[in-house]
Amino acid sequence: MTQNQSTSHVTGVNGNLVSVAFADAVTQNEVAYVMPADGSRLKAEVIRVRGREADLQVFESTTGVKVGDPVEFTSQLLSVELGPGLLTQVYDGLQNPLPELAKQAGYFLKKGLYIYPLDQEKTWDYTPVAKVGDVLEASDTVGTVPEGIFTHRIMLPFAWQGSWTITWTIGPGQYNIKTVVAKATDGNQERDITMTQTWPVKIPITTYKDRLLPREPLITQVRSIDTFFPVAKGGTFCTPGPFGAGKTVLQHALSQRSEVDIVIVAACGERAGEVVEILREFPHLEDPRTGRNLIDRTIIICNTSSMPVAAREASIYTSVTLAEYYRQMGLSLLLLADSTSRWAQALREESGRLEEIPGEEAFPAYLESLVANFYERAGLVQLNDGSLGSITICGAVSPAGGNFEEPVTQATLKVVGSFLALSRDRANARRYPAIHPLDSWSKYNSIVPEKKVSVARNLLRAGNEVDQMMKVVGEEGTPTSDFVTYLKSEFLDSVYLQQNTFDPIDSACGSQRQEHVFDKILEVINATFDFPDKNEARTYFQNLRQSFIDWNYCPWQTDAFKEQEARIDNMLKDAR
Amino acid sequence: MKKIYHRIIQISGNVITVEADNVANQELAEVKSPQGTSLAQVIRLDKSRVYLQVFAGSRGISTDSEVRFLGHPMRVAASDALLGRIFTGNGSPRDKGPALTDNFIDIGGPSVNPANRVIPKNMIRTGLPMIDIFNTLVESQKLPIFSVAGEPYNELLARIAMQAEVDIIILGGMGLKYDDYLYFRETLDQQGALSRTVMFIHTASDPIVECLLVPDLALAAAEYFATEKNKRVLVLLTDMTNFCDALKEIAITMEQIPSNRGYPGDLYSQLAARYEKAVDFETAGSITVLAVTTMPGDDVTHPVPDNTGYITEGQFYLVNGRIEPFGSLSRLKQQVNSETRADHRALMDNMIRLYAEYKESLEKQSMGFRMSDWDNKLLKYGALFEARMMDLNVNIPLEEALDLGWKTLSECFTPAETGIKSDLVKQFWPQ
Ligand SMILES: Nc1ncnc2c1ncn2[C@@H]1O[C@H](COP(=O)(O)OP(=O)(O)OP(=O)(O)O)[C@@H](O)[C@H]1O
Ligand SMILES: [Mg+2]
Repeated sequence: MTQNQSTSHVTGVNGNLVSVAFADAVTQNEVAYVMPADGSRLKAEVIRVRGREADLQVFESTTGVKVGDPVEFTSQLLSVELGPGLLTQVYDGLQNPLPELAKQAGYFLKKGLYIYPLDQEKTWDYTPVAKVGDVLEASDTVGTVPEGIFTHRIMLPFAWQGSWTITWTIGPGQYNIKTVVAKATDGNQERDITMTQTWPVKIPITTYKDRLLPREPLITQVRSIDTFFPVAKGGTFCTPGPFGAGKTVLQHALSQRSEVDIVIVAACGERAGEVVEILREFPHLEDPRTGRNLIDRTIIICNTSSMPVAAREASIYTSVTLAEYYRQMGLSLLLLADSTSRWAQALREESGRLEEIPGEEAFPAYLESLVANFYERAGLVQLNDGSLGSITICGAVSPAGGNFEEPVTQATLKVVGSFLALSRDRANARRYPAIHPLDSWSKYNSIVPEKKVSVARNLLRAGNEVDQMMKVVGEEGTPTSDFVTYLKSEFLDSVYLQQNTFDPIDSACGSQRQEHVFDKILEVINATFDFPDKNEARTYFQNLRQSFIDWNYCPWQTDAFKEQEARIDNMLKDAR
Repeated sequence: MKKIYHRIIQISGNVITVEADNVANQELAEVKSPQGTSLAQVIRLDKSRVYLQVFAGSRGISTDSEVRFLGHPMRVAASDALLGRIFTGNGSPRDKGPALTDNFIDIGGPSVNPANRVIPKNMIRTGLPMIDIFNTLVESQKLPIFSVAGEPYNELLARIAMQAEVDIIILGGMGLKYDDYLYFRETLDQQGALSRTVMFIHTASDPIVECLLVPDLALAAAEYFATEKNKRVLVLLTDMTNFCDALKEIAITMEQIPSNRGYPGDLYSQLAARYEKAVDFETAGSITVLAVTTMPGDDVTHPVPDNTGYITEGQFYLVNGRIEPFGSLSRLKQQVNSETRADHRALMDNMIRLYAEYKESLEKQSMGFRMSDWDNKLLKYGALFEARMMDLNVNIPLEEALDLGWKTLSECFTPAETGIKSDLVKQFWPQ
């Protein structure tokens, strides 16, 4: 070896796994840089240490790396930068701002190019909150700046342990994020506070008072979710389904319609084109709740399928850490991860290169605990000042072959509070959203009283049984009453479970409207009809379906809405 | 001056190991044996041991064969001189033209920055109602044809390529039957498209590992034309299942733990790195990727079609010489089908839904159940649908196909039975 033995250097390359003989001490999960001869610095993370050799996963392509190339260790864990200006950003898995990268590098990503994630020039309208002499703990508010419609809290850094007394504060004014806005002492040392802090992504932020049980429904405006398989603020849910079943379309709908403060979109190992839709459309779409643009409440973490795999693994942690940061400000967040299976596959690739003993389908044996740790970072918390913040996590799962028995789906099902099974059959039949009404479940409270919902659930089950039976005995062998049960359940499916995601009216079904329409549907379900024969019954329900579909396209509480409702009432009256 | 090595310490499958230093990951080498010279690529470094995958295979290589490192990864000479040319899977001329040496660019380069992409917006018309109405193809889409062996997938590929309005066609053949290669060449020639075509052809009789380079060569050339020359490029890759099998072979040789039926755990990432090259640029050209994925055992849950489906923007199922409505999907269709005609989306959704119901009636009928009036309507509809919409011989513009759709519905149903919202019925229902 030509290398000087006193510096750390590469001893092996296997895909993005690089083995390094190190000189001094190394820390597990610390960041290092591999420096090939072309002058680039490739970011990497220590993932195993054996003897005097460390294994690094490199967040870039390792083409051109040679044995003997020098390596520099940083002693820093893989971290993100937290501060005002995160909202509206588009980051890769390592928090590099992609639009900024594009300005510097052009069409293609450039390896070894890293950019500071926040704007350091921009000034913010700072208002001090803590006064000299105040005693603060980690996460307590030092001051605030407005960030869009939110009050962004500048907090005592999460990593500072114990009590800190404020010794100095700056006056109100316009400052950039690196300005020292206060100083504090814990009796031993005095430290500066700026508007930013760093936090290691794999460690949860837990400087709050309490964790509470999630109860309040998170309104998604998707009827089948809010009414049948609800999600709570601070809860977790997953949407497994085979390819093309509608996971991404559903998540996009959630990102637009959900009634939360901030949405974090983690595009993890999926198509770049899907992120572009959000990127290009959100700046122009209005958020009806606030009148602002949707992008103002959104952060996009984008590490798509052809971007480096190790950074894909990191992107999940980056996303949830940003969510935790804003939760500490008393806000409600929704984290949409598409797809957690790609994250799991990144773990599998790494584990394979480390030649670890594999579990099922070659996933690492510790997959389950990593999945659980991720979802456990969701939750409803009470902050030091008594206010509430929440993170709700929705993970898309992409099971191999569409088979839910596989390890990632199973590990996820053990930890989530709601399971929205997307079905291939429903998608094929264009019954969107393809959430299967019999296979899915939720442990959270619906916006509609459970007594009412269970009537509908029972109908769906009964309708399905009749359907199965008809496959054996045929329509002619089915009693008309059973046949009407079947028609009612099909009706419920068509006009309530199915929803046109791409229609601005139908896709935005608020909770009041859901309760109202659901009551009308219950009227139909509970009505006894007297049809002379099955054809008549079928025709009646076809017409009824048509009027409900037309009703779904009428804006809530407009004249058109009321007129259509009157028409429906007449149809119901006539038939009984 | 590059050093030459003679100490091959291991030969296993198509991977050889040589003791050498100062070698870069992914670097190319030439391996000389009595059988001839083959290209090889570094796939792993372990101290002084260098692992190389040998594209022509390891047969005939001896422990003292000569290995010469070239000091660079795989490259392609990117220029207009590519046009009209035919190359092998390792990039050397298959036609009688000269080897190209100008303007080398690395293949398998970094991915496009997502922030530089734009939302695709141009429909690619094919004249096939099954595509144009129901699964609209869009410029910059990546889309495979899922097919059982024996289906006319290469014919379909060629037909779409000829009908599509693109500037440049790049054909990447992997394990292509020689006759199919000749068929493509002839078809392109007859249509006068050969001069705007580049071919990288690995045939069924070439060493299997050599097909590993084909997608990267084809896509690197495509990126050159799209970004440097602002061209709309259509890349055809057939058959990606052969590419995956070559990956599997190397992975097994390297003793990687397989994830699923012998395929490596990074199959998804490997495929995505290729398919994601499909792109539309705001200020430059575009790349559209149409691929063929044959499904071993007609099983869509097989790891190759399964991973592919999770990556691409839809798929066309080719079954019994027809594009199947179920399972076939264009995920980009909604980017363009709101602009075509007001009735496009509703017609698309409802015609498919009714076709699904037809299938159920058909099943009931085959079980001997009495057909209700409704069943009979569906049976009539299904037969018309298959003849007018699904037959690959139909070649009509989208607008005509939509009109034919309404005609078919009105011949079989009353408006309410179709579930189409009333204002569209008012506008389009034939009187
Ligand atoms: N709610 C919906 N309404 C209408 N069409 C839909 C809906 N959901 C899905 N689709 C159709 O299905 C296609 C695939 O949906 P989507 O991309 O969400 O699938 P996916 O489950 O995310 O697949 P993958 O796992 O491959 O990413 C869409 O492009 C669209 O054409
Ligand atoms: Mg998806």
